[in-house]
Amino acid sequence: MNIVNILEEIEKVDGEIYERLNPRRSAMKDFYNMGKKVALAAMPLALGSMFTKAYGQSTPAKVTNVLKFALTLEYLEFHFYNHAVEAAPGLIPAGLPLGAMKTIRDHEKAHVALLRGALGADAGDALPYTAFDFTAGGTFADVYTNYDTFLAVAQAFEDTGVRAYKGQATELMGSGVLTVALQIHSVEARHAAHIRTMRAGRGAKIKPWISLGAGGVANDTGIGAVDPIYAGENTDVQAGVTITGIATGVTKAAAVESFDEPLAKADVLTIAGLFIK
Amino acid sequence: MKNLQEQEKQELLPVERSVFTAPLQRRSFLQFAGAGAAAVALVAVGCKKDKNNDGPMVPGGVTLDFKDDFGVLNYAYALEQLEAAFYIKVASNLPSGFTAEQKTYFQDIQFHEIAHREFFKKALGTAAIGSLEVNFESIDFTSASSVLGAAMAFEDLGVGAYNGAGKLLTTPDYLVLAGKIVSVEARHAAYIRDLISPGSFASSPQVDDSGLDKALSPKDVLAAAGKYIKTKINVTNLA
Repeated sequence: MNIVNILEEIEKVDGEIYERLNPRRSAMKDFYNMGKKVALAAMPLALGSMFTKAYGQSTPAKVTNVLKFALTLEYLEFHFYNHAVEAAPGLIPAGLPLGAMKTIRDHEKAHVALLRGALGADAGDALPYTAFDFTAGGTFADVYTNYDTFLAVAQAFEDTGVRAYKGQATELMGSGVLTVALQIHSVEARHAAHIRTMRAGRGAKIKPWISLGAGGVANDTGIGAVDPIYAGENTDVQAGVTITGIATGVTKAAAVESFDEPLAKADVLTIAGLFIK
Repeated sequence: MKNLQEQEKQELLPVERSVFTAPLQRRSFLQFAGAGAAAVALVAVGCKKDKNNDGPMVPGGVTLDFKDDFGVLNYAYALEQLEAAFYIKVASNLPSGFTAEQKTYFQDIQFHEIAHREFFKKALGTAAIGSLEVNFESIDFTSASSVLGAAMAFEDLGVGAYNGAGKLLTTPDYLVLAGKIVSVEARHAAYIRDLISPGSFASSPQVDDSGLDKALSPKDVLAAAGKYIKTKINVTNLA
């Protein structure tokens, strides 16, 4: 992340960001310049301390709540991949598949660090791997021994993550972290598409995008256990406009694929709760 | 989206009618028609008329006025017009180097982008900008690698554009709508990136070391998209 860019982004929303950070603008300039040199690993911390300085107690509670919610999801994803990569030898084939999972793991790790940084003291204690049950109480008992099960759960997490961030965007309007959340949101969508492609390569009848399920249902995975994750994804009406047939060739499936749907926080928490001890 | 009520009434009209009555420029109509088997018979007529018509159909160009959400939505509409035009051209004569799956998925993407374009057009109603004339001279549509490279550029640009535009929106519903579209664009981008280089679905520098996708300003996006758009795009009230 380019911290200078973030400051500039915030400045567009909050013209007084530099004053908030430090009344003495010259001192802020020093920090600004330092930002270009700070080691990447220290970025989230630097960012966090800046947010704390800038907004302090005035950080709107709803923004903090969204960030904490997102942090839980990112911990969930991070530990899921990290355990697979580090502690489940042979689960993921070496080469491209393992490389992809490490890439995704690293992104989730970075998201955790970013959100912890933005939350500062509100981040609370780190969630360890042992806080989660990735078998979901036995529903996915072979998640760490059966590669296909693992990929199915991975897809479920990524598609859920996309829906979760989408559902919270409006809570962040007017906050400097909206853009950061959007930048995470589209990365989760990239992950989802890649995992869907990996599954398709192993025979799953699935596209990189969420399509219409068999018989018109919302869940396009054919895995009944993940129905709640895709609830409402088969809608084809957007802002009162019916997308099916809006132009020649736009079938119901195309209409459904063209728009991803948000998921309410409570619904996301119900899903995530299945994997949290 | 003040015209939603009126627009809804028109939804059940036959698609052909909306094509004919819509203020599409001839060139766009030609590309649109070329995509639909139902309209194939019309292509020959359209071709003849349009062959030498390179002049812009929107005199003086279009204006994106960022003073309110309509400007931001029209900005998205402009990008969707560009993407739809690109994929319609690709799908009308898919590169021979494409696999069967690639051919299917590029047709899928074509219809996604058409759906996005038509959605904005309907939702914006009378506030919608006119149709843009595109310029794809730099793309070799017979070459799989040229098409994939251009597709990746368009999708990554689209993702960055939506990510950067989110903060400009003041109406929550519109932010959600933009979110519904951008993740589909990101899925496209990931798929196309993996075709070009397996495993590059979210690689640097498109996604940085903090796991963040790009967020681009309209100014940067329009500068990058400019080489593909003949119609002059005027921008006002952009901070």
